[in-house]
Amino acid sequence: MSSLRQIAFYGKGGIGKSTTSQNTLAALAEMGQKILIVGCDPKADSTRLILHAKAQDTILSLAAEAGSVEDLELEDVMKIGFRDIRCVESGGPEPGVGCAGRGVITSINFLEENGAYEGVDYVSYDVLGDVVCGGFAMPIRENKAQEIYIVMSGEMMAMYAANNISKGILKYANSGGVRLGGLVCNERKTDKELELAESLAKKLGTTLIHFVPRDNIVQHAELRRMTVIEYAPDSAQAGQYRMLAEKVHANKGQGIIPTPITMDELEDLLMEHGVMAQVDESQVGKAATAA
Amino acid sequence: MPQSADKILDHEHLFREPEYQDLLKNKKEQFEYNHPDAKIQEIVEWTKTEDYKEKNFAREALTVNPAKACQPLGAVYVANGFHKTLSFVHGSQGCVAYYRSHFSRHFKEPTSCVSSSMTEDAAVFGGLNNMIDGLANSYNLYKPDMIAVSTTCMAEVIGDDLNAFIKTSKDKGSVPMEFDVPFAHTPAFVGSHITGYDNALLGILRHFWDGKADTAPKLERQPNDAINFIFGFDGFVVGNMKEMKRILDMFEIDYNIICDPSETWNTPTDGEFRMYEGGTTKETVERALHSKATVIFQEFCCERTAKFIADHGQEVVLLNSPIGVAGTDKFLMEISRLTGKPIPAELEKERGQLVDAMADSQAHLHGKRYAMYGDPDMMLGLTEFLLELGAEPVHILATNGEKEWAAKVQQVLDASPYGGGCKVYPKRDLWHMRSLLYTEPVDFLIGNTYGKYLERDTGTPLIRMVFPIFDRHHYHRYPIWGYEGGLRVLVMLLDEFFESIDTNTIVPGKTDYSYDIIR
Repeated sequence: MSSLRQIAFYGKGGIGKSTTSQNTLAALAEMGQKILIVGCDPKADSTRLILHAKAQDTILSLAAEAGSVEDLELEDVMKIGFRDIRCVESGGPEPGVGCAGRGVITSINFLEENGAYEGVDYVSYDVLGDVVCGGFAMPIRENKAQEIYIVMSGEMMAMYAANNISKGILKYANSGGVRLGGLVCNERKTDKELELAESLAKKLGTTLIHFVPRDNIVQHAELRRMTVIEYAPDSAQAGQYRMLAEKVHANKGQGIIPTPITMDELEDLLMEHGVMAQVDESQVGKAATAA
Repeated sequence: MPQSADKILDHEHLFREPEYQDLLKNKKEQFEYNHPDAKIQEIVEWTKTEDYKEKNFAREALTVNPAKACQPLGAVYVANGFHKTLSFVHGSQGCVAYYRSHFSRHFKEPTSCVSSSMTEDAAVFGGLNNMIDGLANSYNLYKPDMIAVSTTCMAEVIGDDLNAFIKTSKDKGSVPMEFDVPFAHTPAFVGSHITGYDNALLGILRHFWDGKADTAPKLERQPNDAINFIFGFDGFVVGNMKEMKRILDMFEIDYNIICDPSETWNTPTDGEFRMYEGGTTKETVERALHSKATVIFQEFCCERTAKFIADHGQEVVLLNSPIGVAGTDKFLMEISRLTGKPIPAELEKERGQLVDAMADSQAHLHGKRYAMYGDPDMMLGLTEFLLELGAEPVHILATNGEKEWAAKVQQVLDASPYGGGCKVYPKRDLWHMRSLLYTEPVDFLIGNTYGKYLERDTGTPLIRMVFPIFDRHHYHRYPIWGYEGGLRVLVMLLDEFFESIDTNTIVPGKTDYSYDIIR
């Protein structure tokens, strides 16, 4: 267990977090690592590229059928995909009822109690959007993930989310061992994206560990529910993910305690790079017709 | 071994046996690794100082021993006050075990209340299935006429929607469509048991008056001359309710009591278990809409309910648990004003008898200093009575009392020559009270069973007059309201006073020159 490496991917919804994480993990598997993916997003799309499945049966949906989590066996919930990557999805309640955050806690406890972590080198958590409540902070609580990788882009809201996630990490960093591993920028082709991502990383006290260029081959692979690593192993994009995987692998123990910034500082950062114009305070809140 | 089957030692004596004394001594010496006794004593002494009190009162984030319980406890109290009504708490089992045991320890009677037994799965998926199964089981097993639903924190944190859940349960056939299931959201982390009383009572009135959650037409008010009485959360309900009914019957008026759990908690032992006994019927609740006015005996138990009733066109009279002469006078005069009936001569006589008793004993209580804590209304009633006796309620504390309450108590203090040195403490707890008892000592403490730790700690004799009372039996069977109730409170105050002088003068040849036969 001592050599078990636990990492987590966080980031704003729709940023390409699941795609990035699955490609990276596929590359790590190529390097001979034994991997377990724990999807912590009620959407349950963290394992589809590895399993070539539409959506995996989740722990919570199976528990709902069986009546209780206690009635489940590990083999019911764990599927094996590309290069023997083990996959589980936590899932969640129907929208509008219950508590998805508690669902994450329930699922992770179940996996630990049933020995899902035995015999693997890597556990990777893929967590939805912001750290909206304590449940979604589960992978960074109680000494679970040692390093968090934040997937972001040059968009304002993605950077905002990255900063928020850093706040979540900071909260638990002093009591536990969680560290920020670094930022991964998933290119959106916004203005001065690389510069911005590097600046934000600097502000947060970390590094931009990799800038993943945009390439349509990712979409082609996704249509076949495959990672690029599997779909086009010789492509340039597969090379990019391999680079990222190697960096993550070499990053063991290099994580830092982040220094999140305020909303004002974040806006200053955007202005500094000319992405956002200086706000004319006299115009704030005025409709087009009034201006 | 100190214990033998022939002569079983109770724990009161068992642990004084040498075997246990050695064991405790060894444990302390070999395992506890505590600070030296002198250091502990030094800190204990420091916690009694003015310096510590300042720090204690500057406390912001922490509550130590709050003098209040949580909302669902009040909701369970309310459900018990209605005829053949089962209290159903949607949430976790442990919480409900607490409400049951809390009441049973106080009233020494079984308290029926069921839980929807939410578990971890219910927390994740929502508790709809628990509601569906729970209502069906409760209905079939316990055959109630009504199920009153409230909630624990667990259901509230995940946002379970009672209205929708109950509707869905009915659709799924848990209980018949027309079966009455009034409900109230009672998050335990908001307010206290009196908030829960208010919410649950409002839930029931709203159900019957305002169209049963859109399944029936709203009732139309046809005013009559009846008067409604709502007495609020009351630990002395068994004695008080009997006394209140006696008074109301003497007036010979048409009245409705809304929420009366006095018989549920006073069933006889005659071989038959009564899960339900007495209580306000549904017909009474419906009839109560038409009454001319509602007298609310404890204002702070009914803040939202009072507004609801007033909005339905009734006059609402708000009292604050009147205790003693002036308080009871006001209560009776309000009844007289509302109904046009004279105050019965019998009650006038009882008033004279109470005044007589107070005059007989006033020399003993005059100038005595009291500290007290409890629910806001009760504190107001007791403050009035103590001032009437010439006693001084020096520290008046309510964890669930707000600024408005404090202002009201202050008015009462300002109106009396004995109120000058007295102070009100809203939103404070028993650890604050401890500081007060050390820095500004009093003669007696009025509180509940939990006050016995303060009594032991500070040496202030405790008078048990506040819910819950676990360590004395049957106090709840006697009233503290009405002139008769005033007499009972007077006797309790006097008893403790006489006990304390007897204890203080009991050493032969040293202090017994005052160990008198006549007091």
